Amino acid sequence: MSGGIGLDIRIPIGAMFVSMGLILAGYGWLTNGIPGFYDKSLGININLWWGLAMTLFGGALLVPRWTKSP
Amino acid sequence: MTDVRLAWIDYVLMAIYFAFVIGIGVALKRFMRSSTDYFLSGRAIPAWVAGLAFISANLGAQEVIGMGASGAKYGIATSHFYWVGAIPAMVFVGVFMMPFYYGSRARSVPEYLKLRFDEKTRALNAVSFAVMTVFSSGVSLYAMGKLFKLLLGWNEDASMLAAAGIVLAYIFLGGLTSAIYNEVLQFFLIVFGFLPLVLLGLKDVGGWDGLQARLMTHSVAQGYAPTAYTQSWAFMGDATRNPVGVEWFGLAMGLGFVLSFGYWCTDFLVVQRAMAADSMTAARRTPLIAAIPKMLFPFLVILPGMIALTVEPRPMAMPPAMATAGVGIIPAKTTEAGAVIRDTTGRPVIDYDLATPTMLAHYLPAGLLGLGLTALLASFMSGMAGNVTAFNTVWTYDIYQSYFKRDASDAHYLWMGRAATVGGIALSVATAYVAAAFNNIMDVLQLVFAFVNAPLFATFLLGMFWKRATGHGAFWGLVAGTLAAALHHGLSLPEGATVGIKGGFFGVVLPLYRSELAQTFWTAIVAWTVCFIVTIAISLVTRPRPDEELTGLVYALTPKPTEEATFWQRPGVLAVVVLTATLLLNLIFF
Repeated sequence: MSGGIGLDIRIPIGAMFVSMGLILAGYGWLTNGIPGFYDKSLGININLWWGLAMTLFGGALLVPRWTKSP
Repeated sequence: MTDVRLAWIDYVLMAIYFAFVIGIGVALKRFMRSSTDYFLSGRAIPAWVAGLAFISANLGAQEVIGMGASGAKYGIATSHFYWVGAIPAMVFVGVFMMPFYYGSRARSVPEYLKLRFDEKTRALNAVSFAVMTVFSSGVSLYAMGKLFKLLLGWNEDASMLAAAGIVLAYIFLGGLTSAIYNEVLQFFLIVFGFLPLVLLGLKDVGGWDGLQARLMTHSVAQGYAPTAYTQSWAFMGDATRNPVGVEWFGLAMGLGFVLSFGYWCTDFLVVQRAMAADSMTAARRTPLIAAIPKMLFPFLVILPGMIALTVEPRPMAMPPAMATAGVGIIPAKTTEAGAVIRDTTGRPVIDYDLATPTMLAHYLPAGLLGLGLTALLASFMSGMAGNVTAFNTVWTYDIYQSYFKRDASDAHYLWMGRAATVGGIALSVATAYVAAAFNNIMDVLQLVFAFVNAPLFATFLLGMFWKRATGHGAFWGLVAGTLAAALHHGLSLPEGATVGIKGGFFGVVLPLYRSELAQTFWTAIVAWTVCFIVTIAISLVTRPRPDEELTGLVYALTPKPTEEATFWQRPGVLAVVVLTATLLLNLIFF
């Protein structure tokens, strides 16, 4: 299940989602409570929550690789 | 159009995506040692990776933008493209056709035709396919440039060239593997980019029940039954009672059988992903694994269009003239000067292609908006990459190696593949500019697809399951099928269209169709039937090939593939699960 030749596909995908997720969540944390900022998303701080979800997804792809590798 | 202004965070997310996409190409470059590595990923891709690439290569702009547009135009009936169209065809290609594609060791779909039939059938298919891929990638490039100009005010040339340049970079370096890896990346990005849109939209309109209630008003206003937009089958008995304008037979045969099977079973763009799988079982599982997320895509790509119909535009979001003439948050089409375009009856022409993009602008705040737009860009790029990798392979193996330089070294063909990548992208960019100059080119392209793909499926069915079919039969069947499609199109016209590209150029003889889709479905049915009959007739009067030459190419002469996988991973088991789930979805939204 490593994924094709040489490069394990889960590494770039996991890394991309973790970096995007952390940036989004961080941005959500910084913008939390700014009046009107989350009007579009029905008052939900979607950046924070979706950023965390993306980080978890990316992490789930990376973790098995780390625990297994020598 | 809208007041979309990007914050720094949006650009940061886009930049991260571009960095990873190109990084994958750079990381894979050192593994590209032979032409098989470059064009077929060394046949080393695991089933789940090939499966996600299989649908992602098709998850281009036409799907993300087009299915949102159809959702707004036809409602949940758009799901027929998935639950009647794609899924059964994907199951069929996995269970029945992959043994011949993978087992024959053909390197491309045209090459299979050469092994099964003859050189001229391959040449016909290779040339028409190569032309179609370049055109289709050019047209989606043009659509991208236009959309980002309208949405964000970006420079059309710059965004087109940048996207083309990035796709060029990663395919040039890493070949098919790079395209496949990026398609999997894009798949997850598209899911994560569009899911919040659907969740927020549904929450806003009060869930599925709320959406149903809101669409009733719209449906009645259009002259249909109250639930015509939220029931997929109930009104298919009569073409005048559903927004698609087609009856169940035309739908099931034209879309479900001919067009979908023609696309998913014979289009090298998708078949190539399965051919790159690491074993026969993996190759057969590829389309079946792909079918699982594909089954759920209607919720991701059709729902935004349906929701867009029912949402109130925010004040100041768009010029008042566009907003009042539009439906929901979908604006009307306007001229360059900003005046609303109206049809012959005086009603404003709705720009349905903007349904999904306006949803992004409506619901996503800075940050997530960047993610959504990146997902949109990714969908354009994965569609283009799919076309380019299919083009460079067909060009190198089926055209260059067959007709220009037969016995060159493998290194030479690897070099040619990279050159073809550059050439294919250059031609796509050129096509994008041609498309910009002539408004009709998209319609022409759709037409050519219907003419070429529909008869091809008849050729494959006979080729794979009837050993008596001959090369002459296949070739003339294809030619006759395409001509029959042109003839049917030239004699028919959809309601409200003018004679020309939409049909009727030989005189409108047939009764008017309710919609363009209905006309296309019937064109496909005619093309398939004529190809099927002509192929049989000519095969019967021409000399068949001896059985021993057809081993591994025809059903009756191929040993059944052995199932080395565990029970739940077997193609047959997966197929039953997928088909049952699809049937259930059809019943739920009946």
